[in-house]
Amino acid sequence: MVSVYITGVGMTKIDKHWDTTVSELASEALRIALNEAGMESVDAVFVGNMLSGIVNSQENLASLVVSYAGLYGTPAFKVEAACASGAAAIASAFISLKSGMFKDVAVVGVEKMSDETSVEGITRALATAADSEYELYHGVSFTALNALIMQRYSYEFNVKPEDYGLWSIQMHKNATMNPYAQLRFEITMEKYLSSQWISKPIRFMDCSPVGDGAAALILSSKKPKDSPIEIAGVGMATDKFQSFLREDLLTLAAAKIAAKRAYNMANIRPEDIDMVEVHDAFTIMGVLSLEALGLAERGEGIELLKNGDIKPDGTIPTNLAGGLKARGHPVGATGVYQVAELSLQLRGTPVGVKLDNPNIGVALNLGGLASNCYVTVLKGE
Amino acid sequence: MSVPKYWRIIPHYYRLEGTICKNCGYKTPLIRKICPNCGSDDVERVRLPREGEVYSYTVVYSPPEGFERHNPYVIGLIKLKDGTKILGQIVDVDPEEVKIGLKVRMTFRRISVDGKSGIIQYGYKFKPVK
Repeated sequence: MVSVYITGVGMTKIDKHWDTTVSELASEALRIALNEAGMESVDAVFVGNMLSGIVNSQENLASLVVSYAGLYGTPAFKVEAACASGAAAIASAFISLKSGMFKDVAVVGVEKMSDETSVEGITRALATAADSEYELYHGVSFTALNALIMQRYSYEFNVKPEDYGLWSIQMHKNATMNPYAQLRFEITMEKYLSSQWISKPIRFMDCSPVGDGAAALILSSKKPKDSPIEIAGVGMATDKFQSFLREDLLTLAAAKIAAKRAYNMANIRPEDIDMVEVHDAFTIMGVLSLEALGLAERGEGIELLKNGDIKPDGTIPTNLAGGLKARGHPVGATGVYQVAELSLQLRGTPVGVKLDNPNIGVALNLGGLASNCYVTVLKGE
Repeated sequence: MSVPKYWRIIPHYYRLEGTICKNCGYKTPLIRKICPNCGSDDVERVRLPREGEVYSYTVVYSPPEGFERHNPYVIGLIKLKDGTKILGQIVDVDPEEVKIGLKVRMTFRRISVDGKSGIIQYGYKFKPVK
């Protein structure tokens, strides 16, 4: 059976890149990853992106990225799964190597959100991850859907605003050490609690920021000599698409199934995991992600925050590079940033806080309201 | 919203119609030709109950394009009397008075207006049962 290794990593700083196009940004990360892997070409390029059609008026993106990267002729695919487009691109590339059709491929996740300059416009664009006919019709933003979940979670488990604040504070702290992070400053509980409502009970400081970024990986079926990082498991699943059809609004059912599938493939249990990168587009989603990964029972994810378990020196170090909250969330790129950060941590050259010899890292990338979920398990030596 | 897209879903927006599956009994507010639960095409239209209660809610302060003039407004996840859940705005109420468990009833309202020359979209919202 073919194994899949990460042989190159490239990232751009997440920021407002006013002078760069979406394809150019992707090509920058791609060139860094190629150089790092010591390669001049690959068999195919998989581009993870959500909004190039709406925000950048550009489709057929993968072919354009290849031309910007100076790789004319290379087969190229754009993979879209809303905010999980990055992980969906990794999964597609993984499958292509497993099939034996390709030997070396590149994955690049990219999002160039700042081409849409109005808040209402980007809110509208992001909301297309939900159902345009049955959800958006009523004036629902994507934040509002998450707020419905947070309201109910707080109600059922008696969670206070300060408890969610712990998440944001920790993510900002982690991001200060990551040169690629968008928000490299610490925040206080006072600042968290005084930030404005976006969709009550979601405050500004519960939300990941809008930004531009690209991250790339070179994947190979040939085992590298030095510090091989293996993609040991990939799991995917979809859930009932609309928020109102979920039997249990507070369980990310597809993420749970995806995790089980990825763990089975990698032959690991939740207790074996040394670190996770989870999808905290909003603080509530960070909490639910920990539960979905089997690290806490339903309603108990919040306890991991209160006990300090998610800190770098806690029992389950979480989002060491700052997570979506503070590293940033250029939507289609996020899943690739997560895996890039984990692989650098496994190599011993992290972009954030350094762990002592971690061996297993898990990334969870959520698309839409967790209607399309991807879990990736990485193993070091 | 384009006219054909709007027109297709009018039975749902105006009359709260959904789909019930005669094979597995799954009831959904969506208008579908195939049951999303079991894949059967033996489905028929069903009218959903007009009354229910608030299962969860949010007050939107940062609306998407097209809803700026309603800001702020309340979106509710409503559990109808038959147990079906559905989204909709909650109106005729002070946002501070909306609570989980609040009893609400469907009301027919204007939802949004597509600029000066676009269509005016109507549909259901919910208001407290007095």
